[in-house]
Amino acid sequence: MTSKLPDAEALLPALAAELKARITPATAMIGLHTGGAWVAERLHPLLGLKDPLGLMDIAFYRDDYAKEGLKHDPKRTRIPFEVEGRDLLLVDDVLYTGRTVRAAMNELFDYGRPRSIALVVLADRGGRQLPIEAQFCGAKVEVQAGKRLRLKRAASGKLALELEDAG
Amino acid sequence: MPANPQLNANGELQHLLSIEGLPREILTQILDTAESFAGVTEREVKKVPLMRGKSVFNLFFEASTRTRTTFEIAAKRLSADVINLNVSVSSQTKGESLLDTVANLSAMQADVFVVRHASSGAPYLIARHVKPHEHVINAGDGRHAHPTQGLLDLYTIRHYKKDFSRLTVAIVGDVLHSRVARSLIHGLTTLGVPEVRVIGPQTLMPAGVEALGVRVFHDMRAGLKDCDVVVMLRLQNERMNGPLLPSAQEFFKNYGLTADKLALAKPDAIVMHPGPMNRGVEIDSPVADGPHSVILPQVTFGIAVRMAVMSIVAGN
Amino acid sequence: MTLLIKGGRIVDPASGRDEVGDVFISDGRISDKKEKADQTIDAKGLVVAPGLIDLSARLREPGYEYKATLESEMDAAVAGGVTSLACPPDTDPPLDEPGLVDMLRRRAKALARARVYPIGALTVKLAGERLTEMSELAEAGCVAFSQANVPIADTQVLWRALQYAATFGFPVWLRVEDRWLAGDGVAHDGEVATRLGLAGIPAFAETIALGTALQLVRATGTRVHFCRLSTAAGVELIRAAKKEGLPVSCDVGIHHVHLSELDLGYYDSHCRLEPPLRSQRDREALAAGLADGTVDCAVSDHTPVDENQKQLPFAEAEPGATGLELLLPLILKWGVQRKLPLAKTLARVTCDAARVLGVQSGRIEPGARADLVLFDPQQTWRVVPAALKSQGKNTPFLGYELAGRVRTTIVAGSVVYQQA
Repeated sequence: MTSKLPDAEALLPALAAELKARITPATAMIGLHTGGAWVAERLHPLLGLKDPLGLMDIAFYRDDYAKEGLKHDPKRTRIPFEVEGRDLLLVDDVLYTGRTVRAAMNELFDYGRPRSIALVVLADRGGRQLPIEAQFCGAKVEVQAGKRLRLKRAASGKLALELEDAG
Repeated sequence: MPANPQLNANGELQHLLSIEGLPREILTQILDTAESFAGVTEREVKKVPLMRGKSVFNLFFEASTRTRTTFEIAAKRLSADVINLNVSVSSQTKGESLLDTVANLSAMQADVFVVRHASSGAPYLIARHVKPHEHVINAGDGRHAHPTQGLLDLYTIRHYKKDFSRLTVAIVGDVLHSRVARSLIHGLTTLGVPEVRVIGPQTLMPAGVEALGVRVFHDMRAGLKDCDVVVMLRLQNERMNGPLLPSAQEFFKNYGLTADKLALAKPDAIVMHPGPMNRGVEIDSPVADGPHSVILPQVTFGIAVRMAVMSIVAGN
Repeated sequence: MTLLIKGGRIVDPASGRDEVGDVFISDGRISDKKEKADQTIDAKGLVVAPGLIDLSARLREPGYEYKATLESEMDAAVAGGVTSLACPPDTDPPLDEPGLVDMLRRRAKALARARVYPIGALTVKLAGERLTEMSELAEAGCVAFSQANVPIADTQVLWRALQYAATFGFPVWLRVEDRWLAGDGVAHDGEVATRLGLAGIPAFAETIALGTALQLVRATGTRVHFCRLSTAAGVELIRAAKKEGLPVSCDVGIHHVHLSELDLGYYDSHCRLEPPLRSQRDREALAAGLADGTVDCAVSDHTPVDENQKQLPFAEAEPGATGLELLLPLILKWGVQRKLPLAKTLARVTCDAARVLGVQSGRIEPGARADLVLFDPQQTWRVVPAALKSQGKNTPFLGYELAGRVRTTIVAGSVVYQQA
């Protein structure tokens, strides 16, 4: 039980180092809006990948549309490289139920057939509802019921994990 | 004035009936969402699973293959099931009432009705009678409104001009009968366009049009001066000669968009038209096909805008 | 048969009398005798006034029985305190033959509720081409001749019709509207119609036709009553014509006194009326003209329409509103708004209407017909379909709370309506 949340900034270099060891010429990175994109924007320059970072908003692939509708303005998905045959690093901030990752993979396959996808997350808070696991995980965090773990970005660009009441 | 029938109790878009009365935030939400969908429509797989299992009924009481098709494509790209009903030649001729037709389709589990009707206000009547989970999108009612066309015009203007707050927009031609003009005017004024002009002869200007927040010009050259955006309206054949206008030729002479008239607008002005165009009546071919014309991009954007409207409305 | 109405507030618009007292009725007429009555009605707290005279109420017979029947509408009339009504000739077939008029009068008489005064068609089938047999129609009971809502397009025919009517001293009732200018319009040509995308009827469609008709009145001397004025400019023309001494009078629909184009809201088809609801300035001029007497009377222009014909897009919906049961509360509302004494308020739907109609009703004095209404001016009621006897539930006031409820209606000394 971690009563204190890990420092997001401290997790980034370790995560980058772990990733660097596994890079192939076919590796490319995609961040998930919004928190995953922040993490990816920090990791991407540390890895020296040849393709620019891809950013994805999975709003059109969510499985709760029937219940929730399109509440937030979705960002445009921009993947500035061919997905076909690539080794993709899919980056998100917090891994929880696994539903976002499922939606992201569905969307990715509408862009092409990657050779592999690895999931990179800053924090894993457990509570999975789908058989999805992160291959690269900054930290495991236990979160009590009724709370939500979120990544925040300060005006300075500094990232921090925070707990807030689940709404 | 009764509550805006387009919004649900949370102030969200339940139906899209008119641009008039919609807050700026909702217009912006639609345009932003459309921008995301524009990305989808550029992909190899031009389809997202968002509305899988939902049924969209294209209910066209007035025939319009082009508009119907754009809604059909939009619905299909959202993975919805689309049912096309050309009601103008089926039930209406058998004397079935508008509301009976809708009740019947509703019994077939519709989620979205896309309605085109020759009578202004018909979609309001339908919206008042559908079930709470059903949504109505106005695809053009009489001379009243064509909100998705208005939105795609706004999208196009934003795409090329970025900022609405410094623009001068001129709308030219048959404003009297134009639902496109009404919708666009409401959208432009809501989004803060400082100068919206309407240009045409007195016979094609509705009474009190100034109250919509526009400046009226009868001289096209004066009206086009320093415009950023020129929107040409379609002139229906039946209005080309009669008490409103003497002839298509004379209309073109006075109000047709030619290169020399367009030269009075700003050098980077864009030219729009809701289509289908009457070349040589509203617009000269070299202008329609020229570098200022964004008429074909309008059509492309129209799909994304309709995807946005459908997915936002059906999700509320 | 004698009847005593005891202790009511007697309001007689014709004399201006407004005092608490008794009204004694003998043999269908008001009497100044003080005898023991066969029947007594306690009218304490109620206004006792002449029964309302409505110059335009469609009973929908013959021809439109699916919209309403004579029976349902006569029930509505007395429930609304209307004891006399004139019905326009736009039935199916129109009232252009004596037989039709005779039948209508006999059917109405048999129902023994309000008095019915048929207005005959001015032209055959209201087509604006051939004159009707006006003398025959008058013998059958027509008190005036009219085109209802179908204006005569051909001015030559209008001229001749007025000449012919004048020959025999028949009054002609005209709702003036230039047919070509009205075109396919369904709303006042102004901001609201522009916003809603509805085809407009300009205000000058009324004034041009009114100007034409006034010229013809000047030429022919025909007594003309102008029906349902809708514009401020129209009221001005009537004011000038009266000042000039032309034999003209006019009325306004009670809806037009209270509503304007703004009430169309989001295509409320209950506000689809003929003539159209016009601007607020027009509405104000009509309400003011009614107060200063330029407009002689207010009418319900009662038009029952079945629900199916209203559940349509605005332009396709059938025009008209039910009104017999709303005339009293709406005229009271107007009187309150303009701070008029009750006697003056009621004059516009009683003695002034009687004068236009040319009948001896609408007053409380010895010898007068005992057509009376007893009502509570303060009692409020909600306008809901179930509260209306008329088969037509179509009214822009649906859901409104209105003050003024009829308790008892008396025609020719007999109680024809008693509030349950």
